Amino acid sequence: MADRRAFSLARSFGREITTVVVTFLGLLAVTFFIARVMPVDPVLAVVGDRAPADVYERARLELGLDKPLLVQFWIYLQKVFSGDFGKSVLTSNPVLVDIKRVFPATLELATLGTLIGITLGIPLGVLAATRQGRWPDHVARFIGLFGYSVPIFWLGLMGLLLFYAKLGWVSGPGRIGVSYQDFIEPITGVLLIDCALNGDWDAFRNAASHLILPSACLGLFSTAYISRMTRSFMIQELQQQYITTARVKGMSEARVIWRHGLRNAMVPLLTVIALSYANLLEGSVLTETVFAWPGLGRYITNSLLSADMNAVLGGTIVVGAIFVGINLLTDLMGRLLDPRAR
Amino acid sequence: MSGLYAYLTSEAPASRGQARLAQAYRRWLALKANPLALAGLAIVVMLLLVAAFAPLIATHDPLAQNLDGRLLPPSAKNWFGTDALGRDIFSRIVHGTRVTLVIVLLVVISVGPIGLLIGTVAGYFGGWTDRVLMRITDIFLAFPRLVLALAFVAVLGPGIENACIAIALTAWPPYARVARAETLVVRNSDYIAAVRLQGASNARIVLKHIMPVCIPSLIVRTTLDMAGIILTAAGLGFLGLGAQPPLPEWGAMIANGREYIFDQWWVATFPGLAICLVALGFNLLGDGLRDVLDAR
Repeated sequence: MADRRAFSLARSFGREITTVVVTFLGLLAVTFFIARVMPVDPVLAVVGDRAPADVYERARLELGLDKPLLVQFWIYLQKVFSGDFGKSVLTSNPVLVDIKRVFPATLELATLGTLIGITLGIPLGVLAATRQGRWPDHVARFIGLFGYSVPIFWLGLMGLLLFYAKLGWVSGPGRIGVSYQDFIEPITGVLLIDCALNGDWDAFRNAASHLILPSACLGLFSTAYISRMTRSFMIQELQQQYITTARVKGMSEARVIWRHGLRNAMVPLLTVIALSYANLLEGSVLTETVFAWPGLGRYITNSLLSADMNAVLGGTIVVGAIFVGINLLTDLMGRLLDPRAR
Repeated sequence: MSGLYAYLTSEAPASRGQARLAQAYRRWLALKANPLALAGLAIVVMLLLVAAFAPLIATHDPLAQNLDGRLLPPSAKNWFGTDALGRDIFSRIVHGTRVTLVIVLLVVISVGPIGLLIGTVAGYFGGWTDRVLMRITDIFLAFPRLVLALAFVAVLGPGIENACIAIALTAWPPYARVARAETLVVRNSDYIAAVRLQGASNARIVLKHIMPVCIPSLIVRTTLDMAGIILTAAGLGFLGLGAQPPLPEWGAMIANGREYIFDQWWVATFPGLAICLVALGFNLLGDGLRDVLDAR
């Protein structure tokens, strides 16, 4: 019996992983297609537009552009899987090296944003569900509507105007003050952790005051999404019979809601949290531009504005791969946590 | 009036037209009972009116530069102040409603049919057709929307039409999912079997008998998606990849105001408020429509 269950679990994992592989291949096919239909001649990008015909021809053969499309796609796949996204024209580094350098900044931002979303969104959603039509519900609805209607880049600008320029509560654009910039030895790439590891608490405070505003902006969107979903999951759970049973047993209402109801709502909520995390990685494209935050989003947009296709597509693939990975992870987690989903 | 009321609320409609009107009337009553949805509707209607009568409402020419009157604060003459080229921001926002509407319309008329077609075909035929189409849908769904739109714009080049194409290419998968789910609900029902027994072709069944069933939930989905489309388009405009100058696109206007944000706050603030208001309107209306149309 246990064997058979383990087998079926393994089989559904297997199917899940096949799905992910196919999705990822499709993702690469899309980026390959985008690179192919580019109006920019990739050969000219290598040899320059005044190269003699024989040089041009040799470069074309080297790039494999004479081969059939499928063979070219195969070569492309091999390159991507060995981590070769080509060189960035803008920085003249390999794209992967660039991405490794900028990614921790985005990770820092999105992680803090999600943490804000979880700590505010879940209690708010629970309160809204248990006090429907009363003020916590209205607050949750307002934040939800606000989060879905405000352009994040504008919110960032307004935040800078109010909290940086007028009130002076936080630091302005950038990741850390210029005076600290070169003294922090990068260990993990996540600046807050690096400062702490270096024992430089002054720099830590400075970095935190730069970080708080952009991550609060992202946190608002996360809060809007998470609170809305928490509310609807909780309403569903609180109608279940086990809740009635718990109440009949004389359990305190707080315990019924927070220990029994929320615990069961947490399973679908984990998916929501993971999706919100993935969305914040994306939302960081605009936020990073506003706050001059040296992360992956700004790397992609900067490369885009200077027509640096290798960098754009490399960044796109990395973000897409993270999306696919997060989706897979939540699916597996949901199955492990909820026996009904197995 | 009472005649019309009786006609609309009749228990036994005499014609198909009357039945449809009666249903629309009932839905309108349901929508009317929801003040937030009505507020959303009012905002959307206002958007349409402002766009229609933009030249009459605007106090200035939205493109006319006045280099002597650069970056003026809001006043009786320039209600929302002027931008770095001395253009009247109020008039630019008013004319910007047209740009926004064009973007929304272009995206919606391309996304709706694509999603509807793919979803209904996948759901109706099932089997390999379904598997392949849904795999493709999942691939596009796996991409972060804005990043994929950025990659497409990189290929197509900046501009309002290309921005619309890029948004449409990234926005259709949820529509296909919705249409497929609706199709799966009805594909084995008796009325489809009856139509098939009468000899209707697959194309006729999908076009005439399945697609109409999917339309209400697609309308809800579209209305709820409008805000997202507007925000994405504004984001592309903000990055300089959407509508190109001198078009008064709200996102691009915010980008223009960015360098003056600390001293001339009005340049970036007002276009942002306009985006918020319109997005809010569509969100409220969408929520209301969902309650009315998506009874299931």
